Amino acid sequence: MIKVEFLGPISKAAIEMEAETLAEVSAKLKEDDTLTDWLDKCAVALNDTMVNDLTITLKDGDKVSILPPVCGG
Amino acid sequence: MELYNGPLDSKEIFGRWLDEQTESNYGAYIPFVGTIRAEDDIEALSFDIYEPVLQKWFDTWQEKADRLGAVVKMAHSIGDVPVHTSSYVSAVFSPKRRVALELIDEFVEDFKANAPIWKYDVKNGERIYAADRSTPMAGAGLLQ
Repeated sequence: MIKVEFLGPISKAAIEMEAETLAEVSAKLKEDDTLTDWLDKCAVALNDTMVNDLTITLKDGDKVSILPPVCGG
Repeated sequence: MELYNGPLDSKEIFGRWLDEQTESNYGAYIPFVGTIRAEDDIEALSFDIYEPVLQKWFDTWQEKADRLGAVVKMAHSIGDVPVHTSSYVSAVFSPKRRVALELIDEFVEDFKANAPIWKYDVKNGERIYAADRSTPMAGAGLLQ
């Protein structure tokens, strides 16, 4: 089981799911209509490190964070 | 890296950073202050921060600065920051001015593009995500 958390303005509670790769996380999140407007704009962190590879293998207890567009300062 | 609830006391922060480096023999100290402007009838801006990723982003910059013999500093607000007060300050110390001038430019621009901070306008007490001023981070769209 992994945990997916949605940061900043995405008004959505964290969810848990079974997934072996980020590609599987992607497939499951795409089934959620509330995320349709977000996924193409969001970056991804795995256990608080930014990642850019869908083939990364996940393990039990991993945390995937979904980071929407930013504007600090 | 320093995070505070509400507006920053920029004078205290800059003064303290300066005092800390009194004996470090840096020839240049370049501070940057971000101040909330009164526009579009906002009362304040408000900020969410994801600290674990922000800390790693900052650590990477600190390593880059270190290779140049420089030091980067930053402080940012969490929550509401009223107009005409400061939400973000940063600074670079370096032995000579050219490194500091170039580094503060790169550091602040990358901060705007890739620091995990989300901005909201505050109007009539309501927080409204500043979607049109926000930038997708590097690697955005991976899950689409």
